[in-house]
Amino acid sequence: MANRPAIFAEGLYKRYGKTQALAGLDLQAEAATVLAVLGPNGAGKTTAVRILTTLLRPDAGHAEVAGLDVVKQADQLRARIGLAGQYAAVDENLTGFENLEMVGRLYHLAGRVARQRANELLARFDLADAAKRTVKTYSGGMRRRLDLAASLVMTPPVLFLDEPTTGLDPRSRLGMWDIISGLVSDGTTVLLTTQYLEEADQLAHSIAVVDHGRVIASGTADELKQQVGGERFEITVARGGDLTDAMNALRPYSVGEIQLEAERRHIIVPVVNGAHQLAAVVRDLDTAHVPLEDLALRRPTLDEVFLTLTGQPATSDATDNAAPDARPLARSNA
Amino acid sequence: MTIASTPTRAELRPLERPRFVWAIADALTLAKRNLVQIPRIPEELIFATIQPVMFVLLFRYVFGGAIAGTGTTYVNYLMAGIFTQTVIFGSTTTGIGLANDLQRGLVDRFRSLPMAKSAVLTGRTLSDLVRNTFVVLVMWVVGLLVGFQPQGSPLAWLAAVGILLLTSFAFSWISATIGLAVNTVEAAQSAGFIWLFPLTFASSIFVPTKTMPLWLRGFAEHQPVSVIANAVRGLLLNQADPTTVWAAVGYCVAMLVIFVPLAVRAYGNRAAR
Ligand SMILES: Nc1ncnc2c1ncn2[C@@H]1O[C@H](COP(=O)(O)OP(=O)(O)OP(=O)(O)O)[C@@H](O)[C@H]1O
Ligand SMILES: [Mg+2]
Repeated sequence: MANRPAIFAEGLYKRYGKTQALAGLDLQAEAATVLAVLGPNGAGKTTAVRILTTLLRPDAGHAEVAGLDVVKQADQLRARIGLAGQYAAVDENLTGFENLEMVGRLYHLAGRVARQRANELLARFDLADAAKRTVKTYSGGMRRRLDLAASLVMTPPVLFLDEPTTGLDPRSRLGMWDIISGLVSDGTTVLLTTQYLEEADQLAHSIAVVDHGRVIASGTADELKQQVGGERFEITVARGGDLTDAMNALRPYSVGEIQLEAERRHIIVPVVNGAHQLAAVVRDLDTAHVPLEDLALRRPTLDEVFLTLTGQPATSDATDNAAPDARPLARSNA
Repeated sequence: MTIASTPTRAELRPLERPRFVWAIADALTLAKRNLVQIPRIPEELIFATIQPVMFVLLFRYVFGGAIAGTGTTYVNYLMAGIFTQTVIFGSTTTGIGLANDLQRGLVDRFRSLPMAKSAVLTGRTLSDLVRNTFVVLVMWVVGLLVGFQPQGSPLAWLAAVGILLLTSFAFSWISATIGLAVNTVEAAQSAGFIWLFPLTFASSIFVPTKTMPLWLRGFAEHQPVSVIANAVRGLLLNQADPTTVWAAVGYCVAMLVIFVPLAVRAYGNRAAR
């Protein structure tokens, strides 16, 4: 078991009519880590989660979760996973407590244990006061939290969360991140899908960027950022300054091709370890008598990574009360 | 008073029981889930009861005088039919409930749990059976109020109720198959009802089939709803004819034999979409 990844998927295909939802998807997550599956609308995230949680059979490919085949050992696997789907799957006409108790009973816990566990989770998810109200009276965020609580009844070794923080206010979102981090430090493996780059950056040990049903890039947040260009100096030369002089002064620092946008008097220099070279760069430009309007050391954000990889901009037409710093990716579905 | 206590890791494990025990326990868990909701949405049950009561009153007082030749008082004739109609119409809630669970993603949650697969269907058909039993009791009281006088032995009446509940259960499985085959709750609603109208009206529920035109009679006399209504009527009015009673039971069993597997398959297909 030791070196077996907790989640492993290879060459998953799934077609709905004319839509190829998954086209050879590969995923891998080590035990007790967070794998973030990042992708625009329609990328195939939910389809992948449904296959890994035994709800859907792949047309082709192979997947194992917790060492169990998702098709052949589906029955055993269900006792070892928790799922919170993209849309809260809780019963409107039951109370919060009744919902969790029912899930506990369906996991075949003893009645007393199921009830205790329900109360414990309600308290943990800030729902104790609403425990005896029917879910119909809950806000969207409260439903979402109840749904997540339901997926944690058994503290499963592998947890699947499909957009767990969509629709949560900033405080609840941070609370959710805390809970996820806590679970992972206790040994749970988490696969979460998200449209929020910030979330992947904060939580994930590894990220798989999915588009059109396959992984187009994967690695840690830092690796992804490195992959699309790493660090660079961005320099704007003040009017009257000579661009050629500036280029000559900068060349020793560059680890790649220097880009020049002559009209905007803008120079981009790819570098490594830029922070340590900043002072020297300023000095050299000064020595070369190049007047500066602006000089910045920049690292790519995940947004830029995403833009570069998918050719899709990360827009911010937030449709819910999302955290202001969390930017959803949107794309008109082709 | 509750003592806040948290289950230990050791307690947080599934109990060991044979498979069939879980199949029953899970069905009961889900049946309970459906039943506790009934008093919380009283409108649904109230309308489900008002409708047959309205039928009783309309047919009893509006058509009662015009419909003769039943060999007993019309209200006695009518009540057996209304009971049958009520449980058949009542069984459409099964398909609607399942379509609702699918649409709201609850079926996905259930399917990701290590519970018995059959429980979603058996739980739902069981809770609808309980609900229908309640409606039959209410109808019985309403019947007595408007002059219904069952004849013969209470044991036979019990047998009549037994046939009604078997009918309710059998039609629930047909309803389940329909609810799982269509895509929306609205479709489950209309598709679940529409085919029942010809079946219940072209039957011996409201009027004896011998008043119908010949081309219709052949169908109306032998179709399951008439046979069931006739069996129930016989048992309630001390005119039981064993052949009809067994034919009614046979029809119900046949429906179960056909539609239980069909519903189970529709559930599998539907959920795998
Ligand atoms: N049941 C279905 N029937 C037909 N097409 C489907 C079905 N489910 C998904 N699809 C299609 O498969 C593709 C992938 O869908 P999926 O739900 O996996 O995307 P996603 O990455 O989860 O998107 P989102 O971010 O919007 O949740 C989409 O083009 C979608 O339209
Ligand atoms: Mg999705």
